[in-house]
This record gives sequence, C-alpha cells and structure tokens, in this order.
Amino acid sequence: MLPLIGKIVTSSGVVFLLLGSLGVFRMPDVYNRLQAGTKCTTLGAFLTIVGVGIMEPAWFWKTLVIAVFILITNPISSHAIGRASKKSGVELCDRSVVDKSRDFEEYESNL
Amino acid sequence: MNEKHGSSPRASRKTTTEQPHERRAFLNLFAILFVVWVLLTESFNWQELTTGFIVSLGLSIFLRKSYIKLDIPPFTIKRLWYFIVYLVVLLVEIIKANFDVAYRIIHPKLPIKPGIVVIKTELKQDFAKMMLANSITLTPGTFTLDIIGDRLLIHWIYVRTEDTERATEMIGNKFEKYLKVIFS
Repeated sequence: MLPLIGKIVTSSGVVFLLLGSLGVFRMPDVYNRLQAGTKCTTLGAFLTIVGVGIMEPAWFWKTLVIAVFILITNPISSHAIGRASKKSGVELCDRSVVDKSRDFEEYESNL
Repeated sequence: MNEKHGSSPRASRKTTTEQPHERRAFLNLFAILFVVWVLLTESFNWQELTTGFIVSLGLSIFLRKSYIKLDIPPFTIKRLWYFIVYLVVLLVEIIKANFDVAYRIIHPKLPIKPGIVVIKTELKQDFAKMMLANSITLTPGTFTLDIIGDRLLIHWIYVRTEDTERATEMIGNKFEKYLKVIFS
C-alpha cells in the first residue's frame, strides 16, 4: 500500500515540475517565468521528495527535513533573481497593466 | 570626547543585561541544530550523537550573535498555536497557488494580466518581514521583488487592484494577522 501511495505522490510532483518547465517556455517575461518557476517547482519538488520518503518509510523524516528546507529556500532564490532583474532594468512585457516600481523608488529615495 | 565618556557606561551595562539573553540564544540554537542532526542521521548510535553534539556546540558558539540578530521571540503556547495555524494556512495557499499557476500555464490563451504593485506591512522585525515576503512568494500569483521599510514591491500575475490599501488587504493580510501575534 505504501509504495503505491508514494508512487502517486511522486507522480503528481513530477506533473507539477513538468507544468512548471512548460510555464517557463510559455510565459512572456522574466517575472512571469519566475512565477511559473517558483510556484510549480516548490510543490513539485516537495511532493517528489516526500513521495520517495513514503515509498521508503525508513527515509521519511530525512526526506521531510530536505523538503522543508526546499520550501524555505526556494522563495528566497527566486526573490533574489527577481530583485536582480528589477535592479538591472529588465522591462515588463507588453501585457502588463501597472508598474508601481517608480513610486517605490521615490519612496526609497525619500527615506 | 564627551560623547565617548557618556556612552561607555551604557555600553557596559548593556553587555551585562545581554548575558542571559546570549545564553538563551545559544541553548535555542544548540537545540535546533541537534534536532536537525538527529533527524538527518536517524540513528541513536553514541558515535553519531557525540559528533552531532560537538558540531552543534561549535556552530552555536560561533553563530549565537547572528541568532540574536534574528530577534526570534520567546516560546509561548499561544505563539506555537498561531504558528501551527499559520503553517496550515500557508500549506493550503501553496496548493492553491500551484493549481492557479498550472491552470494559467495550460490555458491556450494564457490568462495573465501582470503588473507590479506596492503593499504595506505593519511588521517591524526583519525576520517577520522575511517570513511575510516568503509566504507571499509562495501564494497564488504574487511574488516579492523588494522590501524597503514598511513597503513591499510585489509582482502580481493577475492584477485585481492597483490601490495600495486594497492590495495589502488581498495579498498581505491573511498572513500578517498570524505573524503579528507570533512576533508581538
């Protein structure tokens, strides 16, 4: 029973990872690509690793620690990429409706 | 010269009051590191435990100052309860976020309306702000680009409002109410 549950969990994780990589191709600019890259890979990696832990119950706690570590660090790395692209002046795509970063910079310089 | 004389007794008093604080930080850090070690090695062999003990001891001696800088609040039952509720809310939001983004990726028309908005936060500590920013990154369609003071720069994949107050309500509030209690 456990190996079956583990396989289902791992497979759903793999599906999310696949969708995430598809999103990286389909999205129009860096920021939207990062959205796809962060969201889908976080749950994808989490489910894949925990699924392996369910398949091999002896590894369960170890995989859980690794998965939580990914959950903590994944948003930080994507935030760093996003911030760096903003600072180096990567433009938003044409479909964007609002850009408040000018206000934000003003607020920063007034501080 | 005068200033220097004025500040030195205050500084020395500060170090004496910080002594128990530092010891507490050291013990907390040691406990966290040792528990992670035991979880990762998954064995209660005395050799493994001794190695873990020495490594955790060394690391917590060197890193206790950085741990104090994180300004993690002392442990209480109420904080723990709010933290657990916060984790459950976060987990639900992560799953929602994944289905949301996956739907936008699969949809042939790519239903996105991206934009960058600003939201405000009432949290004071850097660690609390980091947790808020991380939670926002993990939730549906939003992701933190920058934090300065009490403002967060957010990239939103489907902008529903451009107003700062309303965006704060929609993006930040669901986590902020828990984090406010945890870090009060």
